[in-house]
Amino acid sequence: MSRIRLIWRKSLNVVMLTLTGVCAFAVVSVLFLILGYFVIHGGSSLNWDFFTKLPKPVGETGGGMANAILGSLKLLLLAGLMGLPVGLMAGVYLAEFGGKTFSFVIRYTTDLLNGVPSIVIGLFAYSIAVLPVKHFSTVAGGVALGIMVIPITVRATEEFLRAVPGALREGAMALGASKWRTIATVVLPAASGGIITGMLLSLARVAGETAPLLFTAFGNRFWSPGWSQPTAALPEMIYRYAISPYEDWNRQAWAAGLVLLGLVLLANLVCRFVLHRRGFSRSV
Amino acid sequence: MDGAAPRHVGGPRSFVARLRDGDEVAHLITLVFAAVILLITSMLVYELWVSSHLSRAQFGWNFLWTQTWDPIFDHYGAAPFIYGTLVTSIVSLIIAVPLGLAAAVYLAELAPRNMSDSIAFLIDLLAAVPSVIYGLLGIFVVVPVVRTTIGPMLINTVGNVPVIGRLFKGPNYGVGFLTASIVLAIMIVPFIISVSREVLLTVPREQREAALAMGATRWEATWKVVVPWARTGIMGSIFLALARALGETMAVTMVIGNDPKIRESLFASGYTIAAVIANEFTEATGDLYLSALIELGLVLFLMTFILNGLARILIVATERGGGRPS
Repeated sequence: MSRIRLIWRKSLNVVMLTLTGVCAFAVVSVLFLILGYFVIHGGSSLNWDFFTKLPKPVGETGGGMANAILGSLKLLLLAGLMGLPVGLMAGVYLAEFGGKTFSFVIRYTTDLLNGVPSIVIGLFAYSIAVLPVKHFSTVAGGVALGIMVIPITVRATEEFLRAVPGALREGAMALGASKWRTIATVVLPAASGGIITGMLLSLARVAGETAPLLFTAFGNRFWSPGWSQPTAALPEMIYRYAISPYEDWNRQAWAAGLVLLGLVLLANLVCRFVLHRRGFSRSV
Repeated sequence: MDGAAPRHVGGPRSFVARLRDGDEVAHLITLVFAAVILLITSMLVYELWVSSHLSRAQFGWNFLWTQTWDPIFDHYGAAPFIYGTLVTSIVSLIIAVPLGLAAAVYLAELAPRNMSDSIAFLIDLLAAVPSVIYGLLGIFVVVPVVRTTIGPMLINTVGNVPVIGRLFKGPNYGVGFLTASIVLAIMIVPFIISVSREVLLTVPREQREAALAMGATRWEATWKVVVPWARTGIMGSIFLALARALGETMAVTMVIGNDPKIRESLFASGYTIAAVIANEFTEATGDLYLSALIELGLVLFLMTFILNGLARILIVATERGGGRPS
């Protein structure tokens, strides 16, 4: 009886442990499946026109997404300009100055903001940046993405500042530097590598966001001069082209998907590799 | 330092001295930026509350359980969307939790540290894939697979089971709750794995060794000792994943079928809160229509707010108390 039970326990052990391994490899294989699909479907339809031409009118084949690529870059620039300084400074506050209660409130709010669904951020950006001027614009899209950049930057900044050894601070203080000089000339430079990678990761994350752009940047089939007109963006074009009934548009959606996926994964790969070498196994 | 008071010889420095050092200014400036976060978040809540005023005044609490969504007669109810959001999220958890937990157990307990780290790295990459990419794959890969393979398979097997079978009845076009749940599951699995793995790795070695020394098999030590030890943190990871699933927009919008009806079958088309906002907000004519959509946004915000709060508390509790089973 106990022998049968032992055999049962041992075989259960082998079966379950194998199963967990199978699950792990199944999940990882999804990444390669995704890459494979996009390389095969997207790669074949990616051409020079994609990067240089405007979208063709409905019904005509060909054309590209040059305006969406530029649009995405402009949106990222705005998001970076608005979100990164706020995130950085707030991160410095939390790591270096913060009192107990207020820091807790800020940290909690940051986590909360991080968890707000992107579509709700879109609603908010609509009400503060679209409604008052009564038209969709690049700026409004930038506001939406900028808000999403903040929480990730705060977290990265705070964590990397905290990782700076106390001895560095004490050394600077011992030389007579005031607190802010210590921070500005010793602590921040020491943490800058990590902070910059964190910022890049936050930009890479919002680069793929579609939902907050739908009713802020809205989309555009033409070039969008200046900052106050609706603009196309890569993820938003992928969405519109993917749900369209035209085969040629679906084809271009795959191509755009390959470009977006490639850029986002590349940014992540580089950043996480750098972080890993600096001894941060995972942080953002 | 022309004639300034000697720097800080015992006793607190005067405000002016600190001001001259720049410390107070730097403190103030960073504080202002930190306060901006507070401002943005409270403005967000305020805007959602004020902009949904019309709809709240018109429908009151009934909004939450009214099933009609009729822009033509200006009558709005959130029930189909709340239902769709909950069903897709819960079904996606049913798929993702066992898968993610098993993978996390493998990575934390079995795989050599190097391999575990590399796989965790790849899984972090998977988490970085934009949702519109998952949506694209959903439309062109998952939908056909559900229509031709998974759907018929489920109908022929579970479809005949008395009670659960009702979930797998009706026509199967490929788009609907099930497809959305599968896509969501793929999207949230990386979060469950990476948070659970971290939590599992914090379980003290002695716990495992004690169990093994008592003659437990590796699996028994893991399942009966390590996992229960870490369960609070694992629950936290599940809540985080659930919060993400609730708010996910693009991928779901692209595969759920976008039909505001409450239906029993998982093969049927449905709608979620995020999807209806994405689809109808720019086309909404009339103030009440817009206001109703914003109230949906408010409902979604509150749902994720509560879940995120719970998840944080659970994760912090594990980190502090070592997650000792109570």
